[in-house]
Amino acid sequence: MLITQLKAKETIVSLAAGKKVFIINCHGCKEVHFPEAEADELEKELAKAGNVTGIITTDYICNPDNMKLRLEAHKSEIDAADAVLVLSCGVGVQTVAAYLEDKKVYAACDTYPLPGFQGVTPLEYNCDQCGECYLNLTGGICPITACSKSLVNGQCGGAKNGRCEVDGDMECGWERIYRRLAQVGRLDALKCPTQVRNFATDDATSK
Amino acid sequence: MKITEAFERGEFVVTAEVGPPKGFHIEHVLEEAKTYLSGITAVNVTDNQSSVMRLGSLATCKALKDEGLTPIFQLTCRDRNRIALQSDLLSAAMFGIENLLLLTGDHTKLGDHKAAKPVFDLDSVSLIHTVKQLESGVDLGGNELVGEPPKFAKGAVVSPCSDSVDAQLAKMERKVAAGCDYFQTQAVFEPEKFIQFMEKAKQFGKPVQVGIIIPKSAGMAKFMNNNVAGIHVPDEMIEELKADKEKTKAGITGVEIAARIIKECKPYCQGVHIMALGWESKVPDLLKAAGI
Ligand code: SF4
Ligand code: SF4
Repeated sequence: MLITQLKAKETIVSLAAGKKVFIINCHGCKEVHFPEAEADELEKELAKAGNVTGIITTDYICNPDNMKLRLEAHKSEIDAADAVLVLSCGVGVQTVAAYLEDKKVYAACDTYPLPGFQGVTPLEYNCDQCGECYLNLTGGICPITACSKSLVNGQCGGAKNGRCEVDGDMECGWERIYRRLAQVGRLDALKCPTQVRNFATDDATSK
Repeated sequence: MKITEAFERGEFVVTAEVGPPKGFHIEHVLEEAKTYLSGITAVNVTDNQSSVMRLGSLATCKALKDEGLTPIFQLTCRDRNRIALQSDLLSAAMFGIENLLLLTGDHTKLGDHKAAKPVFDLDSVSLIHTVKQLESGVDLGGNELVGEPPKFAKGAVVSPCSDSVDAQLAKMERKVAAGCDYFQTQAVFEPEKFIQFMEKAKQFGKPVQVGIIIPKSAGMAKFMNNNVAGIHVPDEMIEELKADKEKTKAGITGVEIAARIIKECKPYCQGVHIMALGWESKVPDLLKAAGI
């Protein structure tokens, strides 16, 4: 079971500032608690400012086939947008980011774990429910699961020929992140302040 | 003495690294360091290098300091969480150890305790940030330190011949932003690549020491080419090592090659860092051959 929570409103507004955005809500999965009412309210506000090219609410965008079908129907709205804002768990955001290779894809939520049973979503991408989603700093590739050391401030220098030092069959997650950021013109994301992870993600102790 | 003072004086700063033994008998390491490394600016002590369990870096630094050498305490994020790291930093300050080299560290799977839990609570960048915070009198949890805060020369590494050098430069920039004072590089065997790298790295305005390994044999060179990140020994050098086996075995070829690399890189950097890997005894010859 996991829970998604909207990022701070200022964070989301600043992600969308000055851009035309397309918004994707994922309500599919019973395993995920989704902040529906707050999301609605926020989206109405963004739409009022006139910069929203389209909003869809769907289910299981973590399933690549399902997602492709849904997004194809809205291709023109997505093309018209500078960025895509995804309100889902970390897996959903990564699935969309991988599909829309050339788009800026932003996560509007943080994903936390809740004790209990995990869902049986088809996992092409992994999310460790780290509680402060880093996907906006990493071009939609999860540094927690794509990097063997779960580094959040860049690559470790151990990669050889693009492969991770820990596992020669695995591409270095941070080289993927770097390439992706270069591709979408967002290398400036690497100039963000030093990230220090917060492992106190359970409800009682989080910020 | 802080290594940064030597950079500020405009010296070409020479450091070399020693690895603590697997065991607690340190006499041999101290003897070698005193004999061959006492003329250089500072001596790095590795921290369970390659994830192989050894005597502690901090204790070895203290022993070197007691012998009159200037140690650089290497600290990785693999084995300690932020509480243990900060605690060791305070311990270092208490011993009067003033130089740090802050690293993420190799993964536990590369070493001799593959079943160990890799920690990586912090990484090289957030560790630099942590030291900076301690220096301001506050720990990473936001709690005030008692008394005068510690002050360190904060070093980090960068890999100039890496195949993803742009990503390395981006990471270097993050380290500078976090408060890094100086850099030591991964071993360089391709001076042209190092010079190109320095053209871009000089914008950060931090001193850089070129990393040097004395190649011991053609086999070692090939091994590094296949297994060590950011190192590529060109074919001509491997041929050179193959040419006269006796000369290579005696270390003469390796010293010639390393001295040549230092000479080529010297105009573009602020020092040299020698990873002798057991050949500490060759360091004086190397420095002489390189004209330092
Ligand atoms: S950074 Fe990764 S682990 Fe953390 S919430 Fe995002 S997708 Fe999940
Ligand atoms: S090589 Fe890449 S993926 Fe592997 S631990 Fe280092 S940064 Fe992470």
